[in-house]
Amino acid sequence: MTDPAIVHGVEWTIKELFVYPNEFIYWSIQIVMYPYMTGLVAGAFVLSSLYHVFGQKDLKEIAQFSLVFSLALLPVAALPLLLHLQQPLRAMEPLLTPHFTSAIAAFGIVFTAYGLIVVSEIWFVYRKYFVEQAQALKNQPGLLASLKYSVYLALTMGAFDVSEDAIKVDKKAAKVLAAVGIPVACFLHGYAGFIFGSVKANALWMSPLMPVIFIMSAVVSGIALCMLTYIVIMEWQAFRQRRSGGTTEATEIKGAEVDIITKSTRYLLGFLVAAISLELLDLIFRGYTAMKSWDILRSVMYGKDFMNIFVLQYTLGNLVPFILLILPGRTMKRTVLALLLVLFGVFMMRWNVVIGGQAFSLSFSGYMHYHIPIIPHSLETFKEGLFGALTVIVTPFVLFWIINNFVPSLRRDLGGN
Amino acid sequence: MTCSRRQFLKEAVGGTLASTLPLSAFVFLSPAEAKAAVDEAKVRWAFLVDTNKCTGCGLCVTACKTENEVPFDSPVTRTWVERYVVTKDGETHIDSPLGGRDGFIDDKIRGEEIDPENIAKAFFVPKLCNQCDNPACVQVCPVGATYQTHDGVVLIDREWCIGCGYCIMACPYGVRFFHPEHKVADKCNFCYHRITKGMPPACVECCSFDARRIANLEDPDDPVTKIILTERVAVLKDEYGTKPHVFYLGLDANVR
Amino acid sequence: MKWHVLRPLWLAIGVLAAILVARQFLVPDDFGVHGPSFTYNYHRLSNVQEWKDFPVKYLGREYCADCHRRNVRRLNRSSAHSKVECENCHGPGAGHPEEITALPINTSREQCLRCHALLDYPENGRSVVPGIVDRMHMRRRDCVECHNPHDPREERK
Repeated sequence: MTDPAIVHGVEWTIKELFVYPNEFIYWSIQIVMYPYMTGLVAGAFVLSSLYHVFGQKDLKEIAQFSLVFSLALLPVAALPLLLHLQQPLRAMEPLLTPHFTSAIAAFGIVFTAYGLIVVSEIWFVYRKYFVEQAQALKNQPGLLASLKYSVYLALTMGAFDVSEDAIKVDKKAAKVLAAVGIPVACFLHGYAGFIFGSVKANALWMSPLMPVIFIMSAVVSGIALCMLTYIVIMEWQAFRQRRSGGTTEATEIKGAEVDIITKSTRYLLGFLVAAISLELLDLIFRGYTAMKSWDILRSVMYGKDFMNIFVLQYTLGNLVPFILLILPGRTMKRTVLALLLVLFGVFMMRWNVVIGGQAFSLSFSGYMHYHIPIIPHSLETFKEGLFGALTVIVTPFVLFWIINNFVPSLRRDLGGN
Repeated sequence: MTCSRRQFLKEAVGGTLASTLPLSAFVFLSPAEAKAAVDEAKVRWAFLVDTNKCTGCGLCVTACKTENEVPFDSPVTRTWVERYVVTKDGETHIDSPLGGRDGFIDDKIRGEEIDPENIAKAFFVPKLCNQCDNPACVQVCPVGATYQTHDGVVLIDREWCIGCGYCIMACPYGVRFFHPEHKVADKCNFCYHRITKGMPPACVECCSFDARRIANLEDPDDPVTKIILTERVAVLKDEYGTKPHVFYLGLDANVR
Repeated sequence: MKWHVLRPLWLAIGVLAAILVARQFLVPDDFGVHGPSFTYNYHRLSNVQEWKDFPVKYLGREYCADCHRRNVRRLNRSSAHSKVECENCHGPGAGHPEEITALPINTSREQCLRCHALLDYPENGRSVVPGIVDRMHMRRRDCVECHNPHDPREERK
């Protein structure tokens, strides 16, 4: 640990011209990660609901995967907040004494409710599988088997009825939950947008469009990540099958199916267009109304952050993947590249909102530059640095791997509905 | 009257302070301040800054940091003084090195020499928490760790603050910061421990030029309240609808 | 209707109940709305008293005058520094003389320059205060070597 009396923000903020003495980039990389991860959760859930609620049959495979994946992403949406808090041991207080006039307090409640919905839906989808596993493992010898048995026993929550009627009820319940989950997912992410959009002190953030923009780009990034992970996992399985010797025909695995990807791409493009339109509307409005803050905003957007906003976010993150996806003769490799760029674009959008919103002083007379700590030399520079962000990125995949051991979201023969 | 005031103060001060302080420490009490201390329900603290009088000595900042235990050498501060130098070509040069803690000794601004002949006007503007009627910082606290007291001062509960920084973001005046030692949000509270004992805030006490004064708006006889009510005072950034309660005399349009 | 379908609901109710029970133990008793509005007055009541109990450090001239009456009176007479608080240079008086016998007096040149470094600003109180250009006046010497801060009119030779 370095000097315990160091001021939060000093290590990564560089001030230029006149900035109030107490102003620093208090919300750094973890607050960029927070709406990004929340967005992925919401987006993944919406993608799965497209199948469960609207009966988009061709999305079935990816829907089951993305439902479970959104569960893996869920705790990670709260992780950046936890890493960011100056008093992480008090993290439960928003649930104990929620001050509902704060968007963050409401987030705690919505987040918990949403978590329960996702867990319940997964339970309904996979209950039959849990029961079967529990029964199969019941009298098997060995520590591992008995351990697994108790996990599955707990997962059944004591409901062993797998009669046709019962499964029918399960299906219906899953559908209802998926339907309820869509507005809650949007709410969840709308709140993340509201957290920023309602800060009247910040000229860049304050906009009623902010929650909507956040929801749209959330869905974009969620769908993109699900598609990407799905393609990678499927291709990997196909690759392994091929290597283990000519059994490809015998198994069902065909690699990532073109149909699913094509269909998902269509949704992705739709939400992408909506997101970009709203963002541009916001930008045009600010320029046209040219309020007091516009001078400094313009100098940030068209000057200091031009590279981040117009080159990295709009061009590389939005325009290029858009073209890659609509041009005919799309290959899987091109799709993967486009998806990566989409994910990068949404990340840059979060970055430009969170960091960009703090790039100028409240005095409108100076600037602040953010230098992300790369090599950590204290707990704080780890948490709020590159490695903290990487931890957040890696965690959902680890969690998914663990969850997927018990809830096989990638097997086609399971999850009957 | 005098007797009852004495008696009240004896009780109110209490504790360790009473044992170390003779009562004469408080004889400078204006009648308004004494009354304010007596009648708790009828208090609305406000502040008056006279920018015409401030000379930028920064003794208020030094006193504030010492009084309120904000680490002296850290860049954050509960109050600070800004220097504005407007040149004849219309440019505004602003600075506040270390929040003005050591005063303004150098005539250079961020190392830039400014020709005295070219200066149209120059002035110092002390800043502190505005103790708003509609504090945006309080509205956004997710856990109720910051709040407004009945006498209008916004306080922070150091035992309950989770350190999310939302209040810091929400304040249009940039008065909030993370306390380097307590790791919670911190800001000026008009020296709540002093004003509730009938003492002036440390910055007010240490100002040799009467540039900073405290007022009880509920007391029409308070001399500072009279100034606020009868003279032409301004507030900072009223467009945010926060209803700030730090009033300024001689506020220039260039002040941010 | 198969009633097993309600099991997740029991789970949800269980979570909610756990939070409510935890609230009973973890939230201080005096936490609540103490004032007219939930928006601005939702807090732990005893925190107000905690702030009132914060230790005072600057005690004011009258406190100094109790013992150092002669010095204070002399300062009051001299017009120029009559309004300067003792504690600005002598340091905050809390704990003096019981715990801190000698206060750390700031007699540095920088302390005087806070007001007396010349800043040639039109219509500014600073230009009324007698000022020097730091690099041109008795460079690196402490002002108090020649000037008596308690009575600036008098010059020590």
